[in-house]
Amino acid sequence: MYVAVKGGERAIDNAHAWLAEERRGDTSIAELSLAQIREQLGLAVNRVMAEGSLYDPDLAALAIKQARGDLIEAIFLIRAYRTTLPRFGASDPVDTGRMSCDRRISATFKDAPGGQVLGPTFDYTHRLLDFKLAAESDREDLPETQTAEPRSEDTPHILSFLDGENIIEQEPRTDAEPGDLTREPMSFPAGRAVRLQSLTRGDEGFILGMAYSTQRGYARNHAFVGELRIGSVPVEMEIPELGFAIEIGEIELTECETVNQFKGSKTVPPQFTRGYGLVFGQSERKSIAMALVDRALRWEELGEDNLGAPAQDEEFVLSHADNIQATGFLEHIKLPHYVDFQSELELVRKLRREAAELAEQMAAREAAQ
Amino acid sequence: MTNENDMTASGAELRQSRKSWMSLLATADEARLRDLWAGFDRNPDHSWLRAPEAGGVMVRGRMGAAGAPFNLGEMTVTRCALTLADGTVGHGYVQGRSKAKAEIAAKIDAMMQTDAADDLHRTILVPLLKAKEDHRMQRAAKAAATKVDFFTMVRGED
Repeated sequence: MYVAVKGGERAIDNAHAWLAEERRGDTSIAELSLAQIREQLGLAVNRVMAEGSLYDPDLAALAIKQARGDLIEAIFLIRAYRTTLPRFGASDPVDTGRMSCDRRISATFKDAPGGQVLGPTFDYTHRLLDFKLAAESDREDLPETQTAEPRSEDTPHILSFLDGENIIEQEPRTDAEPGDLTREPMSFPAGRAVRLQSLTRGDEGFILGMAYSTQRGYARNHAFVGELRIGSVPVEMEIPELGFAIEIGEIELTECETVNQFKGSKTVPPQFTRGYGLVFGQSERKSIAMALVDRALRWEELGEDNLGAPAQDEEFVLSHADNIQATGFLEHIKLPHYVDFQSELELVRKLRREAAELAEQMAAREAAQ
Repeated sequence: MTNENDMTASGAELRQSRKSWMSLLATADEARLRDLWAGFDRNPDHSWLRAPEAGGVMVRGRMGAAGAPFNLGEMTVTRCALTLADGTVGHGYVQGRSKAKAEIAAKIDAMMQTDAADDLHRTILVPLLKAKEDHRMQRAAKAAATKVDFFTMVRGED
């Protein structure tokens, strides 16, 4: 059966015009600028950059404004824009050891060289609504930010102190060309490089839930946060026409390295193992979650048992981590399925008709006997 | 603090090393760069080898900060290439999507290879480097103030 699908143009145009009006809201209230979003909703901007997989704070702010604050819609806009950009190349791997750290903490070593630097954290706040922020305050109300003698040398990675003792697994340094899930469709086993790419751009809520499941006992691999650092790092790229590398930018990153218990296997003595999280922007919850899920997914290469836990299932985790794929498939079911449904309707009617006829025949047969 | 010495050393490097001036221009604050460029009295004619274009660069990280590379996500970069009337070639590679910033960067790159280098170094590059170092030091000073000083409570159990 054919069902007319034309005729929605005027309704769609009017819906979009109303959307623009609703986006703007009450016009007696000042319009948000992109600079305001970028500066004052920085963590939302960071999330859109991380999951949109494109580092550009101004574009992320625009996407948040256009999406009325719906971050998954904003991520969708960034992903769509990203596909229009020509790819100039790949950077050299960033050296997070050169990070200018705003924050750097360790849950494993109290007196780590470089110290415990809290940075601008929500930790130790009381999570009580601050009604001072509801009043439109002037700058004078801000508490004065204190300063101290700045650290000018690089901050060493804390896990490097365990390397010397050979008590933690080594990360073999290679320059192997990593797979890129934006270029080749994902196939399984994906390998750790593609897993990390998928996790860092994956939905924060999904990665958080998966990580939490490992803490609650589904593939438990008791994790300590060996180090968490947030700050900016230079990005270098080889410029072919120059024949040398230059810095092409500076980006803010959050890095989490976990230290996990490991009983050892047939070939490896007991030692600590590692999970790794690295995310665009100040994205602390996401990077810790990423490290836990990275570690859970490494069961096979570490010779651990497959406990059948969801967080150990690479195909399950990677296939469901992307909120744009998920939202696309989920939300498409609200779009017109008139033809599909008509055929289902016809089918159910036919089955009911047949069932009724059968029942009638049975009743007639019984009556005849 | 060896800050001033570092500044002098990197300031001198900036005059000699194309890598360091291009790196500084890539990350410079655009408004500041435009102001400094507007205040510079020469704006040479040029022809494009490659007109400014915005694109993406895939940023990579290393597993466990030290191991094999993986793809982290892209960043926006704008690039261009030009020649001055005397044939000097300049390249601009800058973070973000500003074609104007890439053009200024390419012109400065080209002119840094001419006898305008000393003037450019003094009036544009050194102020940009100072702004960058000041910004970094301000954040580092705020971070330092949030460093925890542990002290151990002696418990009187005996």
